[in-house]
Amino acid sequence: MAQKLILVYQGEFTQESTKSILAMAERNLDTTGEDSSIRRKVFNVMVEALQNIVKHSDELVDGSVRSHTAIFLIGRDEKSYSIMSGNPIRNANIPNLTKALEKINSLDKEGLKEMYKEIIKNTTISEKGGAGLGFVDMRRKSGEKLDYQFPEMNPEYAFFCLKVNVSREKE
Amino acid sequence: MQVLNLEGTEDTPKIMLDQANGIFEISGRSLPEDSAEFYRPVLEWLEQYSSAPNPSTDFTFKLEYFNTASSKLILDVLSALEDIKGMKISWYFHEDDEDMEEAGQEFSELVEIPFEFKTY
Repeated sequence: MAQKLILVYQGEFTQESTKSILAMAERNLDTTGEDSSIRRKVFNVMVEALQNIVKHSDELVDGSVRSHTAIFLIGRDEKSYSIMSGNPIRNANIPNLTKALEKINSLDKEGLKEMYKEIIKNTTISEKGGAGLGFVDMRRKSGEKLDYQFPEMNPEYAFFCLKVNVSREKE
Repeated sequence: MQVLNLEGTEDTPKIMLDQANGIFEISGRSLPEDSAEFYRPVLEWLEQYSSAPNPSTDFTFKLEYFNTASSKLILDVLSALEDIKGMKISWYFHEDDEDMEEAGQEFSELVEIPFEFKTY
């Protein structure tokens, strides 16, 4: 089914741009009168996807050009919202990320809950990321598997594409 | 003890910690860029409070939203509260926000403090 894009952002990702994107998306969801619980879930997934890019996107070094550029999109059709992000990743970082995503996708509701509790209990605040906590949360809030791909950009980099669907049908 | 009063913003919660008036509250949205940095004064305040706390403390969480980076710090706050006698948590959630209700239940399973769940 054709999805209508309701927001596309490409460029540098910072906390400031994250806040602007969130404000724009929220306004859009408000004006369309979307159900508040669906709105919250979409917001939730957006925050984690955006902050993942801010914190983890690898800097692309191509000759003398260094770039942190990435892309973020939200699509909507009758049945669901899709929150999509894409950012460069060093090939060397793909195996660990794939392992984490595969594990998260393999768990059921209870397993995800345990994993979430385990991570917040046992990781220290000084660590840069959250040992995949954002992915666990996206998977829990959306209730769907995380859809990801790593198309090759060049011998050193791939483009990490992540898609998370949030159903518009109430449980 | 000095009052810790931080106004809420679009990405940080409102914080009110006032021993004299018995007000202890974190409310609003929590998705700061650096959650450890944001919650540091809260943890420092609580450390001081724990040396001479009120006979009973009702600590309110009334969060509309928090990100995963904040969830670790919220657990740190709860762990700091755990050591204070007469502690009780009031966990508020919007009546149709099951995720926030569940988040409170999960926190209550991670610390030994009585939680009371309330809707707003």
